[in-house]
Amino acid sequence: MSYSQSWLTRPFTERSTQIFLGVLFLAVMVVSVLHLVMPEGSALYVSSYTVTLLGKYLCYALLAVAVDLVWGYLGILSLGHGAFFALGGYAMGMYLMRQIGDRGVYGDPTLPDFMVFLNWDSLPWYWHGFDMAWFAFIMVLLAPGLLALVFGFLAFRSRVTGVYLSIITQALTFALMLAFFRNEMGFGGNNGLTDFKDILGFDLRTDAARLGLFIATGIALAVGYVICRAIVTSKLGRVSVACRDAEARTRFLGYRVERVQLFVFVVSAMLAGVAGALYVPQVGIINPSEFSPLFSIEIVVWVALGGRATLYGAVIGAIIVNYAKTVFTGIMPDAWLFALGALFVLVTVFLPKGIAGLLPGLKKKTDDESEAPTSGKEATA
Amino acid sequence: MSIIRSLKQLLIVCLLSLPVLGHAQANDEQAQSLLTQLADASYAQKGKIAGEIARSGDERARGWLEAFSAGKLAKVEDSGKFVIVLSNRGRNWTVQDALTGDDLGEISRRDLDTIRVNNSLRSEIDGILSVIDLTVNDADKRLEAARGLRGNVDEAMAKKLTELMASEEDADVKATLDEALAIYKVEEQGDIGAVKTLSGSLNSEARAALNSATYSDDPALKQAAQDALASIETKLKWNRAAETLYFGLSLGSVLVLAAIGLAITFGVMGVINMAHGELIMLGAYTTWGMQQMLPGQPGLALILSIPAGFLVSALAGVAIERSVIQFLKGRPLETLLATFGISLVLQQLVRTVISPLNRTVVTPDWMSGSIMVNEALSLTLNRLYIIGFALVVFVGLMLIMRKTRLGLEVRAVTQNRAMARSMGIKATKVDIMTFALGSGVAGLAGVALSQITNVGPNLGQNYIIDSFMVVVFGGVGNLWGTLVAGLSLGTINQLLEPWAGAVLAKILVLVFIILFIQKRPRGLFPQKGRAAEG
Repeated sequence: MSYSQSWLTRPFTERSTQIFLGVLFLAVMVVSVLHLVMPEGSALYVSSYTVTLLGKYLCYALLAVAVDLVWGYLGILSLGHGAFFALGGYAMGMYLMRQIGDRGVYGDPTLPDFMVFLNWDSLPWYWHGFDMAWFAFIMVLLAPGLLALVFGFLAFRSRVTGVYLSIITQALTFALMLAFFRNEMGFGGNNGLTDFKDILGFDLRTDAARLGLFIATGIALAVGYVICRAIVTSKLGRVSVACRDAEARTRFLGYRVERVQLFVFVVSAMLAGVAGALYVPQVGIINPSEFSPLFSIEIVVWVALGGRATLYGAVIGAIIVNYAKTVFTGIMPDAWLFALGALFVLVTVFLPKGIAGLLPGLKKKTDDESEAPTSGKEATA
Repeated sequence: MSIIRSLKQLLIVCLLSLPVLGHAQANDEQAQSLLTQLADASYAQKGKIAGEIARSGDERARGWLEAFSAGKLAKVEDSGKFVIVLSNRGRNWTVQDALTGDDLGEISRRDLDTIRVNNSLRSEIDGILSVIDLTVNDADKRLEAARGLRGNVDEAMAKKLTELMASEEDADVKATLDEALAIYKVEEQGDIGAVKTLSGSLNSEARAALNSATYSDDPALKQAAQDALASIETKLKWNRAAETLYFGLSLGSVLVLAAIGLAITFGVMGVINMAHGELIMLGAYTTWGMQQMLPGQPGLALILSIPAGFLVSALAGVAIERSVIQFLKGRPLETLLATFGISLVLQQLVRTVISPLNRTVVTPDWMSGSIMVNEALSLTLNRLYIIGFALVVFVGLMLIMRKTRLGLEVRAVTQNRAMARSMGIKATKVDIMTFALGSGVAGLAGVALSQITNVGPNLGQNYIIDSFMVVVFGGVGNLWGTLVAGLSLGTINQLLEPWAGAVLAKILVLVFIILFIQKRPRGLFPQKGRAAEG
């Protein structure tokens, strides 16, 4: 691949990106058209419930892409990406809470219901500014980005890698979950933030707003995918793959490994934050359970099922697992954890390259470079 | 001959019983009059009459006063008899004659006049009852009674107590009585000598008495009381520190128990077993199962579940190792994911097969209760047992790793697998044995945990992150590190709790570990030399 092209346009010349964007565009278009054009009784009609459900899957897909960026291309197994997702979600949730205004149960013009309930007399300082959309949207990127920056700076500087890093990322999200469960934190405690009314002036309960959010999520996924492709196909991306496969060797060659790791980690955290921000208005609630270690580790299995270091595999994995979850929890809720547990085991033992690995033809044509992670580094670690 | 003898005996019996009967009658008359007075008196006088009843020396007095205090002493309206109400449910109450103890069957509650009582009378009667108890033969009972007296002594009682104290033989009872009297003297008479008696006391009533004495007009008394309070305060501080340390150590030993199995599978073998928590859970459920199989013998069941819990978890561990982990050798991140999947399956299995609800595990008698070191410090027995158990398990593991052939082989395989194999060690067998050992210890942890926490499907989840933190904090591959890390994390958590609250303390500890790992990525006691390169 030539490096004369601009880093931004390069992804668009790849077959895999073209196919991915095409399929995504088509899917979003078809769903929107079927939702708008078809009469409600028709077999082809897509209900607004389904539109929101699909929007939720797309949020998860974006989250999975973010995890794949750090796990697939940087070799960092983050078990705490749910934390970044939830932080983005909380930033959005705070904006939506402020939009409720005096339509809450207690009718307080500034204080959200739960603060009135807890007898708070004024807004905590960190809630200021969230009544403005632009501020909230910046915080959606900044809050997870800053956490990733500080955490990553400390971790990568002292060369905490491999299993250790996985365990402390898990501890990070666990600690945040405990923290957000506390009422004193000012984020609604156990119940989280909910009862949202409208976003940017549109009523969230209308079909138009739901469809709009669905399309916005589709666009976000496309943009996120292109950003990730741009990163992994750039020189920086090459170095990051080198870090994944032989960290010490890359360092000895003179690359500042920790800077590469930090950059990619922060970008990934921001993408996760955006996914969370789009997720919250669609499901209508954000609470501390999004921080739970189980959720974070579930994201990893989406990526593992789809195939590491492919990006599109992450999207496929996220959609398949979550569709299965919707189906299973509807039909026999008890079986879901069995199925998920079995999935973890089967994928890691029998499908180390995921579903994407089952499509060797496609892989060869689209990626002329060998990107499947080797286990070389891990074997020596 | 035999008839004459029988008659003689009868005569003797009659003669002997006559004076007794007469005496009893006299007593009954006195009692009847006292009880009548009690029934008719105003609240203010009732206390005095209750005291008279106690002093009458009648052995039934205790029962009357107890019933009176509980509002169960009543007078039958038409006969004037006094009765003790046994059951006051419904319209007809079951009663017993207060004087003869005869069962009188049921009487309509309309025919009964309950002798009324109020709260201040109740506490007065408690004091009076304590004085009665001070005359019993059992020294433990006397001590308990003496303890109850502190802060409840009044003038009439004080005299009686001084008498009783002179004749008291047991040193503890005597000291407690002395304290009770001193509290009375400080409160009522402002006696400086008595202040000195109280200066070492940890009793809250004694402190209250001294506290009120510090507001006294007498400067000498005020000073003495302040000094005494200060000395009590220092003593209390030490006791509180000891208590925090005890709680910290007990929490720490729980952490050590939960983590030490992981220190073997993760630390020594390098296998990330996310299902470790569920192996702990299996141990806890084994205890429950044992108790279900041996109903009525919780102690025996608990002791039997120590080997049983070890076996169950060890077998489960071997199954996990053989079915999954062996295929993922050298891929730690994949092992992590696969074992996490197993943990989900095990949790759901317990939920489906047994119940999603918590099960109750009975604590045997010899493990419940507490040792009272002094009044401010008592150590709960079950925690003490767990501290001991954790140490025993730790020492046992240490011996296995250091002194046995298995330990030697494990260390050899960890340090250099290829070399160990070429020396004739069966590496696969060692893997299985090590994993079984680590898992079995998790089962032991579960047996211990079943005594202090709820046994439910989520039991393991609550401990898995903590366990990993302990192992990582202590330094992977180092059993001593795990012990030190577990105990110190437990203590740090307890130290933070009073001012930060339980949840925030836990968060702070997690943040502390996260920061600590940045500073020392290999933990408190990093492995050095060849073992470190693994």
